[in-house]
Amino acid sequence: MTAMIELSNAQKTFVMHLQGGVELPVVRGVSFHVDAGECVVLAGPSGAGKSSILKMIYGNYRCDAGRIGIRHEGIVMDLAKAEPRQVLGIRRSTIGYVSQFLRAVPRVAALDVVAEPLVAKGVAREEARERAGRLLRRLNIPERLWRLPPSTFSGGEQQRVNIAHGFVSEYPILLLDEPTASLDAANRAVVVELIAEKKRKGVAMVAIVHDDEIRETIADRIVDVTAFAAAA
Amino acid sequence: MVEPLTGNDEPLLVAENLAKNYGRLTACRDISFELYPGEVLAVVGESGSGKSTLLQLLSAQLAPSAGRVSYRMRDGVRRDLASLGEAERRFLFRTDWGFVHQDPAQGLRMAVSAGANVGERLMAVGWNHYGRIREAASTWLERVEIEVSRIDDAPRTYSGGMRQRLQIARNLVTEPRLVFMDEPTGGLDVSVQARLLDLLRTLVSELGLAAIIVTHDLAVARLLSHRVMVMKGGRVIETGLTDQVLDDPREPYTQLLVSSILPP
Repeated sequence: MTAMIELSNAQKTFVMHLQGGVELPVVRGVSFHVDAGECVVLAGPSGAGKSSILKMIYGNYRCDAGRIGIRHEGIVMDLAKAEPRQVLGIRRSTIGYVSQFLRAVPRVAALDVVAEPLVAKGVAREEARERAGRLLRRLNIPERLWRLPPSTFSGGEQQRVNIAHGFVSEYPILLLDEPTASLDAANRAVVVELIAEKKRKGVAMVAIVHDDEIRETIADRIVDVTAFAAAA
Repeated sequence: MVEPLTGNDEPLLVAENLAKNYGRLTACRDISFELYPGEVLAVVGESGSGKSTLLQLLSAQLAPSAGRVSYRMRDGVRRDLASLGEAERRFLFRTDWGFVHQDPAQGLRMAVSAGANVGERLMAVGWNHYGRIREAASTWLERVEIEVSRIDDAPRTYSGGMRQRLQIARNLVTEPRLVFMDEPTGGLDVSVQARLLDLLRTLVSELGLAAIIVTHDLAVARLLSHRVMVMKGGRVIETGLTDQVLDDPREPYTQLLVSSILPP
């Protein structure tokens, strides 16, 4: 087995300077690994730090101490200490992230939002759009919406655009923050299917899911985040 | 924004311990960073933080009081801007660099036609075939979403947003490798801003441009830049990946800036 992600003693504290320098410990001693083809689900109540851990693995939140090893193009890199340029390189070809909310760029059509990760990797725009379209169709986004910016879509439609954006590229690592939260049963089933396909392709995934049934279906292992509680 | 960075591993521009004083007043100091090809850096901070002075130092419009800026010329050799000869400076200003001013009137010739505004930079680098110049100008007007039928009109007949787009076309027509932008969306209506930002974002990534964008608008930084430097009192107080600095700001001043944004 190849560990694609390996965290050891990762730690995060927010210092709120506007609130008199209050320290808000989030997590500490975060240690777990994710192998290729495996989906690890982070479990724990709201506020336990699940999303923060995901954001640390993506390099969106800084890691105050410890190590976040990421296998990137055959080499293990410590994301906690990587330069911005290296983090961008890792995001371009290794880590995809499906956030809870789509941060859409004004005026960009849904189809292009989804095609973007492929274009960034050098896939020709037409082919990228075609692959994006296939995925949008699978996620039941009607074709008449493809040319519209997703900011005009419903919450569930936006989330499906977001999922398509994360799944369209062949990232070896995928981070999923509540990918099924605002979806109906049919679309939840599509996402479960997509996750199973990624597993077969050897993709390492870390997911946050609150739905017990989906968690049971997709999780190969569950990591209890309360074990990393930083609050004394 | 996650966009292609060309896999070029030599910095394009390097600033080392830059400082600028006006008499006893320090406009900026201790500024060091590297900019790589295809990389977009946003410099954020409020008025008086020294960000506009920094942009002038970086673009050789002001001489630093201390430190130096070096730029990798097309021959691959990095040269100190202060040591460049007149011909090399001209090459940078006319061809290899672009400079987008907040006020398009500063970057355009308001009384000559749009076509001439774009064509002028080409003529400066030796183009002399009228038909080809006009063709290139038309193509660029289309790229910045200006109707080609307006090619013979002077920019003073244009709206603010069109002027800004024309200024961008004028700058990009020579295929520069680095573009400096000073509050490029500053004087525009919000709806016009969104269109311009989207256009800039597309052009920067399609052309693989490196850019240094001075802005007080964190939304502009988030949308356009890979990396951000936060300035206060003439110094860089925080720097890093744009989404990291904006979502997980560390310095008290950066936290204040980020918390001051109204939610959309």
